[in-house]
Amino acid sequence: MWIDENKMKCKQQKLLEIHNLSLSFQRYGTWLRQESLEVISNLDFTVDKGEVVAVVGASGSGKSLLAAAILGILPPNAIVQGEIYYQGTRLTARLQEQLRGRDFALVPQSTTYLDPLMRVGQQADGHRKPRPTERRKKIFEKLSLPEKTGKLYPFQLSGGMTRRVLVATAMLTEAQLIIADEPTPGMGVEQALEALQMFRQMANEGKSVILITHDIDLAVLFADKVAVIYGGNTVEIASSRDFERGEEGLRHPYTKALWRALPQNGFEPVWGTQPYAGSCMKGCIFAPRCSMRTWECEEKMPPIRELREGEVRCYHAT
Amino acid sequence: MKMTGRKLIDIFIRNSIKMLSLLLAVSFLSFLLVSLSPIDPVGQYILGLQTAVSPEQRAEIEEYWGVNEPPVERYFHWLTEVLQGELGESVIYRRPVAEIIGERFINSLALMLCAWLISGIFGFILGIVMGRYYDRWPDKILKKICYILSSMPTFWIGLLLLLIFGVWLKWFPIGFSSPIGVLSRDVSLGEKIYHLILPAFTLSLMSFSGIALHTREKLWDVMNSDYVLFARTRGEDEWTILKRHGIRNVILPALTLQFSSFAELFGGSVIAENVFSYPGLGSAVSAAGLQSDLSLLLGITLFSALFVCTGNMIANLLYRIVDPGIREVKE
Ligand code: SF4
Repeated sequence: MWIDENKMKCKQQKLLEIHNLSLSFQRYGTWLRQESLEVISNLDFTVDKGEVVAVVGASGSGKSLLAAAILGILPPNAIVQGEIYYQGTRLTARLQEQLRGRDFALVPQSTTYLDPLMRVGQQADGHRKPRPTERRKKIFEKLSLPEKTGKLYPFQLSGGMTRRVLVATAMLTEAQLIIADEPTPGMGVEQALEALQMFRQMANEGKSVILITHDIDLAVLFADKVAVIYGGNTVEIASSRDFERGEEGLRHPYTKALWRALPQNGFEPVWGTQPYAGSCMKGCIFAPRCSMRTWECEEKMPPIRELREGEVRCYHAT
Repeated sequence: MKMTGRKLIDIFIRNSIKMLSLLLAVSFLSFLLVSLSPIDPVGQYILGLQTAVSPEQRAEIEEYWGVNEPPVERYFHWLTEVLQGELGESVIYRRPVAEIIGERFINSLALMLCAWLISGIFGFILGIVMGRYYDRWPDKILKKICYILSSMPTFWIGLLLLLIFGVWLKWFPIGFSSPIGVLSRDVSLGEKIYHLILPAFTLSLMSFSGIALHTREKLWDVMNSDYVLFARTRGEDEWTILKRHGIRNVILPALTLQFSSFAELFGGSVIAENVFSYPGLGSAVSAAGLQSDLSLLLGITLFSALFVCTGNMIANLLYRIVDPGIREVKE
């Protein structure tokens, strides 16, 4: 319903591809032995042009670090494995540096991402010259930010205004890929819908959006497809329509459990806790909590495979 | 909404009241200490006269000075005089205390201001460099230097500089504020500055590492903040980030620290002035102390308290004018 049908007509093109992405942090354990802590492993998904992809997972699933990995702003002790392709070219640190602020834009989550001592307008304009002040004013107006907003300091903004200012920074760029990191927490339903609508709008204009969120319910309304992350792994990639069809439309036991946990679907809690990505399990990462598991599941990690126009990492999904 | 002038005046008045009560307390305490001390002001005065004084004459002087009145009465007597600007006469210089303070303060102020600027500017720049290269070799070297400097006593650094630059290299004069044997009205500004450099540099070394290390920590915090991370995602390079966000967010705490260092600066100037025989308040106060010149000692004590309080008040007001978080009220 929110999705622009016209988009389906234009030839779908891959903008960003993530293959087998793993991310770990090196740190010093006891006796200066190096330890590494894996937070993302075997992450796969692609983003097409004009598409909103929701990356959904509970907190601690490693999804927030995904944004940093794509943008290349991870701390120096992070080790990245696997590949990310942008418009068919493999991303390197150098390329990422060039793409930041030009092709890639991040919409961060809170007011702490604004410089507390710089006026909002100057900040939204950014460091590039000439300053796009006129265009920025138009965008502020479009986002119904009062004219004087540009003259304010971040601490003078309300939560909703901050959100819109942060979105405006992305709209000001020519970015093809917008990564929104948890844009909705702390917002009322109305505000959240408004915020997500802005991202949908950008996608309808031909840009691509990665929506990192834990709110499956809202994400499904605006996204074209949903990548479900569990313990740092992609366990399922489903279209939003699959979610609308309910449990039968979905593939992975974890996704089904998430779906059942939604208020309108019975509010059934997902029992147990999520493991760390690096908890050295050789089998399926969901096995300890899965009611469908067999001996096979605990032997070897299931590969991601295509199933009914989606993808799933499970031996027994149908 | 801009903070109104009224609010600033409000703060000014509140600060002034605080300052006045503090000054009153200082005056009372210093008077108390002086009365308890074994120094005999009359004896000192007579010593200064360099003539024989008979016991009768001495009693007369004591009567005239009110030495035998109760201490509280003497205090109020003294306080009323002070409030009228009458600080008494110095027994070692044989001149009114107010005049000596005025003259010496100009010298001290020049010295302190120079030291303050040197330590502020260089400390800040060094702090920025250290914060920029946090935990890498430029930082490690500079940090060691800062620690060494801050653990060396000022008088020792002063002597060292004096020895190297004054005695061996002969680049700078070894003391005083003007060439020896030249009338004070004939001394040029250049000569005054020339005499000022070494003591000012010595004094600046005292507060220099404090500001540098503080700026280093602050910059490190800023460079690891969310907003710098966001700036990086928007394509700002490290240099732009330093210019646009780093310095902007570090300069305010640095300024506050620098303004609140007036007390230390004053304390340090006593030492630096003595090492370089620089005729400022600092050397006057030690002379007054050593030679039991009570009126001069009390006068300088009061004056320095006033000076330090004023510095702190300026810092307070300035901070409010500069910091948008305080200046502009939340909508
Ligand atoms: S692979 Fe086995 S354990 Fe893992 S989700 Fe599928 S059925 Fe459950």
